[in-house]
Amino acid sequence: MPPVTPILEADCLVKAFGDLTALDGLSFAVAPGESLGLLGVNGAGKTTAMNLLLGLTTPTSGMVRIFGLDLWKHRIEILRQINFSSAYTSLPSNLLVWQNLTVFAKLYGVTRPKQRIEELLELLDITHLRKSVTGKLSAGESTRVNLAKALLNEPRLLLLDEPTASLDPDIADRVRKLLRKLQKERGLSILYTSHNMRDIEEVCDRLVFLHGGKVLAEGTPGHIYERFNRTSLEDLFIGVARGEVDAIGLK
Amino acid sequence: MPFSFNSVSALVLRYVFLYTRHPVRLVELVFWPLVDLLVWGFLSIYLQRQSAGAFPTTMTFLLGGMILWDVLFRSQQGVAISFLEDVWTRNLLNVFVAPVRTVEYVAATCLVGVLRVGVTLVVLAVVAAVAYGFKLTAFGIGLLPFLANLMLFGWFLGMVSTALIMRWGQAAESLAWAIPFFIQPLAAVFYPVSVLPGWLQPIANALPCTAVFEGMRTVLAGQPAPWGLMRHALLLNLVWGAVAGLFFAANLRYVRKTGLLVKVATQ
Repeated sequence: MPPVTPILEADCLVKAFGDLTALDGLSFAVAPGESLGLLGVNGAGKTTAMNLLLGLTTPTSGMVRIFGLDLWKHRIEILRQINFSSAYTSLPSNLLVWQNLTVFAKLYGVTRPKQRIEELLELLDITHLRKSVTGKLSAGESTRVNLAKALLNEPRLLLLDEPTASLDPDIADRVRKLLRKLQKERGLSILYTSHNMRDIEEVCDRLVFLHGGKVLAEGTPGHIYERFNRTSLEDLFIGVARGEVDAIGLK
Repeated sequence: MPFSFNSVSALVLRYVFLYTRHPVRLVELVFWPLVDLLVWGFLSIYLQRQSAGAFPTTMTFLLGGMILWDVLFRSQQGVAISFLEDVWTRNLLNVFVAPVRTVEYVAATCLVGVLRVGVTLVVLAVVAAVAYGFKLTAFGIGLLPFLANLMLFGWFLGMVSTALIMRWGQAAESLAWAIPFFIQPLAAVFYPVSVLPGWLQPIANALPCTAVFEGMRTVLAGQPAPWGLMRHALLLNLVWGAVAGLFFAANLRYVRKTGLLVKVATQ
């Protein structure tokens, strides 16, 4: 059987900001239809990795390939087929939900924007928010509207940066279930960063545990924490954060 | 992939939605220029009366200068404020990870500037005509190259402002408003270049807008449209455009390399 081309490949990524090396030879891949988590303590390099993969920051060295294409040589072509949602960005707060989604539908070249927007509002159970002011939405509603934006172009790859941050457990659970459903039904590939262990365990098929800009471990959540003789992913996370886990030379 | 007018129109559509949802923003767009127009207009009338009519053309020069200056200012604002709106609403990263080229983004901000100028210019032209008998049509066909050169230079100043804000963050936000006023004393808006000290005059003449304002006074004094001055302004604009473009591109590369782009977008 011929090898499957990864949807996304990070190849020996290094990113230095002056004397600080935020990423030190990061390499990983996301297979088609896979959901991969990026986990790590604050300062591990998750956000830097995400920014490099989105083309917001240029690497010091290394390469990012998406759909087999060099990100920096085929940036616009790639961006048409991926999308992004983050807890740290928002849509223009003074526009109505449908206006924001219309603008982004046009930006992504969606062929029937009104129909697509209606489909997504229904899928995410936010039809009633169509004429709501974006800035007046609750955190949960805002997350779902951002997800609607992220799904407008039927992306092949979705990059999610802490999408459930600041959500209550009920809404966070609904968002996780929705993402899993979309992944399975549409073969969507997802790269997911989070501090929330439950997010990682429920949404991700595999995870990459970053520490000090390097890959500490890679595999399924259970495989990783058992390997370090920890009882759970959270237990491992705390151990790494407190320096209790030997993070040298293990992968 | 070719330049996408669709992307430009999508970004402009955002502002159409914004201004139609918040008509008070349109009020803000015309309020300050109207205040300026009324102040300069009444000052002109006062000077004219005090001088017993010795300076009849002073009134038109001041009003013409004020209205045309606003064209440059609104063009610059269109570019800078469009970028800042994305920063303030934390939408900048959403736009930068959409399939939008930098040139398309800048083109959209310039088009927003044109729309802002259009609205302001119509209001000012009507009020100036009704209140002071000052008609922009006095410029004749020469008005178009005047406006075009001023808008171009405004766009280039806007690109410089935006590049500085990208680099220095929201601390540099005041530059969005201040940059045009760094050049206003030199741009011969309300007085001819000959009034400036000798050593400042070459600097003033290096600005495209100076030629426009000098040309404005020529037309208002009843002389033919100075096409030579307009060509000169256009040539200067080509140089300034290249400099502004290179400056913008260099800063964008720098902020992508240093991570400052993300920092500005999420602070």
